[in-house]
Amino acid sequence: MLTSSVRWGGGSDERPYLPRAISVLAAGDGQLSFVLEVVGPGTERLVELGAGDRLRLLGPLGKGFTAPDGDRRAVICGGGIGIAPLAMLQHQLLAQEVELVALLGFRDGAHAAGAKLLAGAQIATDDGSVGHRGLVTELLLAELDRDARAVIYSCGPPQMLEAVRAISVASGVPAQLALEAPMACGYGACFGCVVKINDGSFRRTCLDGPVVSADQLATDWLLGEGQR
Amino acid sequence: MSVDLCGIELAHPVINGSGTFDVIAARRVFGASLDEQFPFSAFVSKTITLQPRIGNPPPRLFETPAGLVNSIGLPNRGLAGYLEHDLPELATLAVPLITNVMGSNADEVGELFEALEGREEIAAIELNVSCPNVKTGLDIGSDPAELHRLLAAVRDKTSKPLIVKLTPNTADVALVASAAEASGADAVSLINTLRAFAADPAQPGKPWLGGGSGGQSGAAIRAVALAQTSAVAAAVKLPIIAMGGISSAANGRQFLDAGAVVIAVGTESFRDPAAAGAIRDGLAQLA
Repeated sequence: MLTSSVRWGGGSDERPYLPRAISVLAAGDGQLSFVLEVVGPGTERLVELGAGDRLRLLGPLGKGFTAPDGDRRAVICGGGIGIAPLAMLQHQLLAQEVELVALLGFRDGAHAAGAKLLAGAQIATDDGSVGHRGLVTELLLAELDRDARAVIYSCGPPQMLEAVRAISVASGVPAQLALEAPMACGYGACFGCVVKINDGSFRRTCLDGPVVSADQLATDWLLGEGQR
Repeated sequence: MSVDLCGIELAHPVINGSGTFDVIAARRVFGASLDEQFPFSAFVSKTITLQPRIGNPPPRLFETPAGLVNSIGLPNRGLAGYLEHDLPELATLAVPLITNVMGSNADEVGELFEALEGREEIAAIELNVSCPNVKTGLDIGSDPAELHRLLAAVRDKTSKPLIVKLTPNTADVALVASAAEASGADAVSLINTLRAFAADPAQPGKPWLGGGSGGQSGAAIRAVALAQTSAVAAAVKLPIIAMGGISSAANGRQFLDAGAVVIAVGTESFRDPAAAGAIRDGLAQLA
């Protein structure tokens, strides 16, 4: 989903100018919910919105997660602001009675408050203030050791996605990664949001993503992660 | 509202800037409504080169105050891929098709022109001259004499109307436009992006963009585009397709008042895919 408010521009550094690509947390009853973290002038402006302010939306855009095939269970592994699409995914998978576990990583206890957006999540924090002290990918490895008949669903900081990609490729457990890329348009016009795939070419995240299969990404896809 | 662009009748004066709208992708996203409410009176393809290009490594975008620096790198399937895959789909559009091409020398441009010559689906050719001369490193379109040499060598390779897409990165764009006029161009379009640098906030002195340097577009360049449009209009009799930060009917009107017959919407379509349609409708009300 691309968002911009009617009063756009004129913020920090005379930005924002372009709309921002943001995942949906929940949809229904004529309402859409988003999770925002202020990381730059765009999100800064969006959190300033109050009741009755108008928002321009374009979407839904791109390809989302797909449910696991056959008897595989879902292992949701995410962190930070990336938990929003995972919360929606969990909601949908539970409605389809898919067996699942949710593993979430955060910087610290304050950020870990977001874990309540998912049901029954195991938590890891960098500082150990909540749950496992360490990386969420350590929880992921333990979970795959327990039962590797799974599909990994991941969204979070680029370095975390890269760790999940590497685990998926090494273990052969398929993973669906929701990428974040700065984009100008969201509908394939600007060619700005590309990610490098394993044949060395570039694909538009807005059209062929944001969810991509881990085995499709080039091993050096992480180079070129963008501006906020 | 209809306008004549070197013999091509357009229903209204709003088209797209090359490389700022992908009809094939937009049909996937918007479905049949795209064609039903197609905002442009002609469609300009992205730049086609002889050989396929994958484009520049990311990051490709950098947001600036009221604008955007891009370093996309002209990704395209190459001439053969364009003719086989893209052209048949673009030809189903209800509006005239303008194919934008770029070559690094007269042989390449001539080959591109000749390959497009027999394709009736193509109403006109737009030549992107923002291509560095391999020998001098200067953009071909930055030097009137060099542009003249190129056009003199290729002009008779096509009978289609030839639009020269001028670069703003030159000392005097009116001199370059005059050279295009004297060398057989049927129209000029301007402005292309202004050469720009995006600094990597984490690595002082280093470029942010994967391609190194980039081009500035968006509202930030509108006043520059308007000045260049006026200068070119004063220098040549050719029809002018003007663009550069156009975001509303009111500021689009300023380009028509400065002497353009057609205006193109580019970066504003990124911000809002309905922008060009609104500009078209707004111009009709202003008229």
